[in-house]
Amino acid sequence: MLRFVNIQLLLLFGLGLVHTELLVAQTIDFDRDIRPIFSNHCYACHGPDAETRKADLRLDLEASLFAVRDEPLITPGNIKNSQLIHRITSKDDAEKMPPTDFLKPLSADQISLLEQWVKQGAVWKDHWAWTAPKRPSIPKLKNSFIKNDIDRFVLAKLKDEMVKPSKRADSVTLIRRLYFDLTGLPPTSAQVKEFIANTSSTAYQDLVTQLLAQPQFGERMAMYWLDVVRYADSNGYHADKTRQVSPYRDYVIEAFNSNKPYDDFVREQIAGDLIPNATIEQQVASAFNMLLQTTDEGGAQAKEYLAKYAADRVRNTASAFMGVTFGCAQCHDHKYDPFTTKDFYQFASFFADISEVGVGNAPAFPVIDAKRQAAIAQAKTTVVDAQMALVSAAEKMVQQRAAWEASLIEKARSNIRLTPWQVLASLSAESFDLAHDKSFFNETVPVDLATPVAEVAWKQRDEFVDGKIHALPAQENIAHYLFRTLTAPQDMKLVLQLGSDDGIRVWVNGNEKLNKKITRGAVANQEQVTVDLEKGENQLLIKISQGGGACGFYFNYGSSNLPADIHRIILIAANERSEKDQTMLTSHFRDTHPDLAVPRELITNSEKMLKQLTDSAPKTLMTKVATPRITRILPRGDWQDDSGEEVQPAVPKFMQPLDVEGRRANRLDLADWMIDANNPLTARVFVNRLWKILFGNGLAQPLDDIGSQGSRPIHPELLDWLAIEFMESGWDIKHMVKLLVVSGTYQQSSNGSVAMTARDPYNHLLARQTQFRLDAEMVRDNALAVSGLLTREIGGVSVKPYQPVGYWKHMNFPKRTWTPSSGANAYRRGLYTHWQRMFLHPSLLAFDAPSREECTVERPRSNTPQQALVLLNDPTYVEAARVFALRIISEGGADSKQRLNWAFETALSRQATKQELDVLLDVYMKHLVMFQADADSAKSLVAVGNTANQTKVNVAEHAAWTSIARIIFNLHESITRN
Amino acid sequence: MKKLISRDDKLVAAVNRRCFLGKGVQGVGTLGLAALLQQSYTQAKETDVQVPRWPGILDGKLHHEAKAKRVIFLTMAGGMSHLETFDHRPKLAEMDGKPMPESYTKGQPIAQLQNKPLKCLAPQHTFAKHGESGVELSSIFPHLATVADELAIVRSLTTDAINHDPAHTFMNTGTTISGRPSMGSWFTYGLGAETENLPGFVVLTSSGGGQDQPIASRQWHSGFLPSRFQGVHFHGQGDPVLYVNNPPGVSRAQQRDVVKAVQKINRLRSASINDTEIATRISQYEMAFRMQASVPDLVDISQETQATLEMYGTKGGDGSFASNCLLARRLAERGTRFIQLYHRGWDHHGGIKNASAGTAKLIDQGVTALIKDLKQRDMLKDTLIVFASEFGRTPMAQGNGRDHHIKGFSVWLAGGGIKGGITYGSTDDLGYNAVEGVVSVHDLHATMMHVLGIDHEKMTVSFQGRDFRLTDISGNPVQALLV
Repeated sequence: MLRFVNIQLLLLFGLGLVHTELLVAQTIDFDRDIRPIFSNHCYACHGPDAETRKADLRLDLEASLFAVRDEPLITPGNIKNSQLIHRITSKDDAEKMPPTDFLKPLSADQISLLEQWVKQGAVWKDHWAWTAPKRPSIPKLKNSFIKNDIDRFVLAKLKDEMVKPSKRADSVTLIRRLYFDLTGLPPTSAQVKEFIANTSSTAYQDLVTQLLAQPQFGERMAMYWLDVVRYADSNGYHADKTRQVSPYRDYVIEAFNSNKPYDDFVREQIAGDLIPNATIEQQVASAFNMLLQTTDEGGAQAKEYLAKYAADRVRNTASAFMGVTFGCAQCHDHKYDPFTTKDFYQFASFFADISEVGVGNAPAFPVIDAKRQAAIAQAKTTVVDAQMALVSAAEKMVQQRAAWEASLIEKARSNIRLTPWQVLASLSAESFDLAHDKSFFNETVPVDLATPVAEVAWKQRDEFVDGKIHALPAQENIAHYLFRTLTAPQDMKLVLQLGSDDGIRVWVNGNEKLNKKITRGAVANQEQVTVDLEKGENQLLIKISQGGGACGFYFNYGSSNLPADIHRIILIAANERSEKDQTMLTSHFRDTHPDLAVPRELITNSEKMLKQLTDSAPKTLMTKVATPRITRILPRGDWQDDSGEEVQPAVPKFMQPLDVEGRRANRLDLADWMIDANNPLTARVFVNRLWKILFGNGLAQPLDDIGSQGSRPIHPELLDWLAIEFMESGWDIKHMVKLLVVSGTYQQSSNGSVAMTARDPYNHLLARQTQFRLDAEMVRDNALAVSGLLTREIGGVSVKPYQPVGYWKHMNFPKRTWTPSSGANAYRRGLYTHWQRMFLHPSLLAFDAPSREECTVERPRSNTPQQALVLLNDPTYVEAARVFALRIISEGGADSKQRLNWAFETALSRQATKQELDVLLDVYMKHLVMFQADADSAKSLVAVGNTANQTKVNVAEHAAWTSIARIIFNLHESITRN
Repeated sequence: MKKLISRDDKLVAAVNRRCFLGKGVQGVGTLGLAALLQQSYTQAKETDVQVPRWPGILDGKLHHEAKAKRVIFLTMAGGMSHLETFDHRPKLAEMDGKPMPESYTKGQPIAQLQNKPLKCLAPQHTFAKHGESGVELSSIFPHLATVADELAIVRSLTTDAINHDPAHTFMNTGTTISGRPSMGSWFTYGLGAETENLPGFVVLTSSGGGQDQPIASRQWHSGFLPSRFQGVHFHGQGDPVLYVNNPPGVSRAQQRDVVKAVQKINRLRSASINDTEIATRISQYEMAFRMQASVPDLVDISQETQATLEMYGTKGGDGSFASNCLLARRLAERGTRFIQLYHRGWDHHGGIKNASAGTAKLIDQGVTALIKDLKQRDMLKDTLIVFASEFGRTPMAQGNGRDHHIKGFSVWLAGGGIKGGITYGSTDDLGYNAVEGVVSVHDLHATMMHVLGIDHEKMTVSFQGRDFRLTDISGNPVQALLV
């Protein structure tokens, strides 16, 4: 008989919410029945964590459990002579286990299980998940239910339980199920009709093959994988700035579509950058290591955040590929599984070679694929050719050159001279306003460079040459002053060209000439100010004020003036100029002489082309290698404590070893270790998650903790068989998906009997399929697909569908507004929605899409009023409804009944029942009358969203059908996969 | 981060079983009284659907007697300086401009003042004793001084995280790692709400008085608890609750027709398909439809008297802290369990003298009115109010401001179960380290839970193989604060 050892169930038992009879197993299995009790009730003091271990007893180790003692802990077959039983049944508080104050007492059933186990000989078994899978023998069974070997395992279990599988689901349910599971989209009514009409014996298999070949398959699988790796378009902490990483998302989609073997998929993500001669695709894959949350908060300590990032990578890599809660070992040895703190930091040090800053934003790199690479090479040749042409043209202009130099000398003599910049950085203020407005010293009198201001001294900055943007120290709410002297040959007007990040003020000889309080990045020539210079020395004072982010300025002084270097060089006699100066002057000649305009333009154009080719390349974060940082064990996870042992990369000690023959192991070694046939976790974890996608729940639960606290799978042999099949197929994902969906188990009806659902509420026995709500993205995709609005473009930068105004108002540094995407980009699939970690799109959030701060392998499937409000009132769904309404009118036939049936077939793949028709017709007639009486309301309803109404129809009719379409989109059936 | 295998489904199923199948009659019985009390706010039944209310996992089985039944948590976001508000440190005034003794700061985590000379900055405001109890408050809270005898000021709070985002996460979830449930979610999960027309956990935000700190929605996320326990963020502009208003051109009557038709067809479906989620879906649509009426009713300030508006110092509906305090009272009346207000104006790295006074001015009258208003309605006795910040600020100067500080800062509590007019714990002479009666964030949470009848060690949820609780692995109720 079966026992459920599901922790959720235990939770409910504990609270008395479920009154299910405990079924007692005939033969006690240590791994299934006993270890979970030890783990949950005893490991805290008698388990893997050395620090909290008491009495030097470990119930997680066979050797410790059965060690020779004066009073044996366990005497197989003899409960009287077993201290274990004595202690758990003792009434004496001094010796009772678990101790009363531990708050986790054993139930009578658990005590009875332990007694039976000892009576039956106390047979030990290793934890199933730590032993590499072996291909089990397939149960020999014959039955029409069986479509492949999966069904033999399932049926064998059902026979033990004396349960019959459900009948095969009807064709409509099957095709809808396959479409949602494999593409995330509903079938069209034509596709449904074609499938129903296809009587070929291979119709079902053919449909599976066809759907696996569709590009939407990759999108559907990516939705899941992006949760696992916590893909998002923003950094996560504090300012939650946008990051560029969408090429990684597109890599994932393409990996599934091209059926990239899973072992390659793992290698490329963990260590794509380390693969010899890594392709651009492999480098993009390595963005996986950069998907974690990062901060650029002022005042954050780099060391603290580097420690956070290291721990984050261990948590995520372990959850994503191994399905274990390794993160628990950050501060102490794992309480339930044999991961030690040392294992944790050794694992972390695999990632210590990743180039990164503790505080700041990781750079994004252009993704130059082969095609673009060739075009760039071509453009570069063109640029070089054009440059050569200019040089040779200039060389021929001997006479013009002499005249040009003479004219420059003339200009230089009447020109002004500037001293180097003196800079005062930085002066802090309470707010940006104050930083900008406040006088830190009297700006209207001659500047005294010798006197520090607020303890900050003036410093000369020779490197601040004119005509370039220069960075200034960045901090929130500060001001910088820049000062120099301008010597003019006579009274004259001079044009100053300025740029600033953020605000700027300018004084000439103490008179304020510009005051601009603004938040922006610095660009050349943002401001032009004409000032009057007196003959002789003039004082120029500039103030740059800054609120947050980067800081900088730009200065130049008018195109009619010579650049400083040229000014200097031209005044040197030709035969005394250095070679460098002469080259600079020649270059200036080529760059400015009017007779050379044509060859110069050729260069400009070809350079523009080149720049365009480089700039338009999509950008993404990538892993870049640096000298490995030192990794130490942090006692209690404390990043300030440097007393811990220094460690080198290594895999958890209790697992299969990684031998690198003396050199430092790297991420590529780690990836190879993960996909080694002896790794007990990787294949099992992935097939278990595929099973979850296609059956609603994993074979082993929960999906993110396969360790001691996880429940033993109900079908351990099936899980192992699938894991072996996966590895032996060459880690072929499409092969596995196909195997799963053509099984008889998959094709069962999900409409279980009341008795069966009461007996097996979570469908562990697999005597039926599972009904579940569509994932958040698919809820959106379904409505867009049914209405006809859906854009089927694959990949690209993330998009911004409608979002309530002001939803982002609590983000800052900088403040941002959500600008909705226009045109076809307003109707992209949900997975392309800009994923802002701090404020995920509220419609996605309402349907349980995670904010992707940590690895999510299983979303909850909630059922909340917010979901109703989204489907009823979010403009996305209202627009989809009114666009669908137009289709109902124009494609649905002549009378209302025909139209209703057409709408049902299009949205739900079936005809409406008589009762349903009555309900809908009532609403339609009533709303038609209401909207006829109130044309303004009708007009505003059918105008929701961007789409123009193409077909001319009666507005009241359109609005009334919009009500019907809204009802259909809100039906439970519309958002449920059966 | 929510990873549980559709726990919501299971909870909902459990609730359905109790409410529809007649099991757990006892639980429904205890609900009866609360439901009666709520009658005045219940909308007329428009779709004849019962909404089973989540009675709380502790339904009828509190660990001990509760002294309060709801929480209003006022978050002073940005890091309110304890030295300008609730922690009087005359010695620091004497040390003004002098170097901060290294014995205080050596090896301590410091944010923006890293590697800079550390000098003392005198408290920028005067302190005086107030009320019969003589509780000391700074001069920037003149209104609050009039209810000084209600306050239990803790001057010895400490936290673990020195940057805003992780510090908020710690204050809300008991850990700095993202993905755990926030305290509002825990309380609603444990105790349920007393209303079926409004969410059990509501968040209101306001700003002004300093650089607005970003606030992430993760601060009111339900983590691995079901999403229904997530805080619902009420907005000052647009729809007060996202998507609560009908689409343009759709009247309430028409919306009711749509919802009714959805319910009818779902019910027809339910008759032919064995899917318990359909029943839940039907009740959630009913709840949503009621919220469409109850939310506008909640924010309709025209029901308030002129005297009330004057007391709060707001015309209402402007998203100010005072207006949110008034809404907090209205939510409390309607049965919301956990109401959290954020004011994002306390990050005073510079100019702390004027800035702290300016921000306090936006806070003072509203929070005082809230206490008085609850008291005059006899609701203060069963409402726990907590006034806290994610951390305090350094005794050391940052220009003429102060940097982030985690080793000792202040919080106050008031209301049901709390001993008013006391000052508990102390920092050292310079207001750096909490030295007497040190209170951790876990202790604060444990205290709050204790007041609401919950033993913080006993309310746990199993996730990824571990029993999690709001107080993580430590924490004790601070007995001295309790009546």
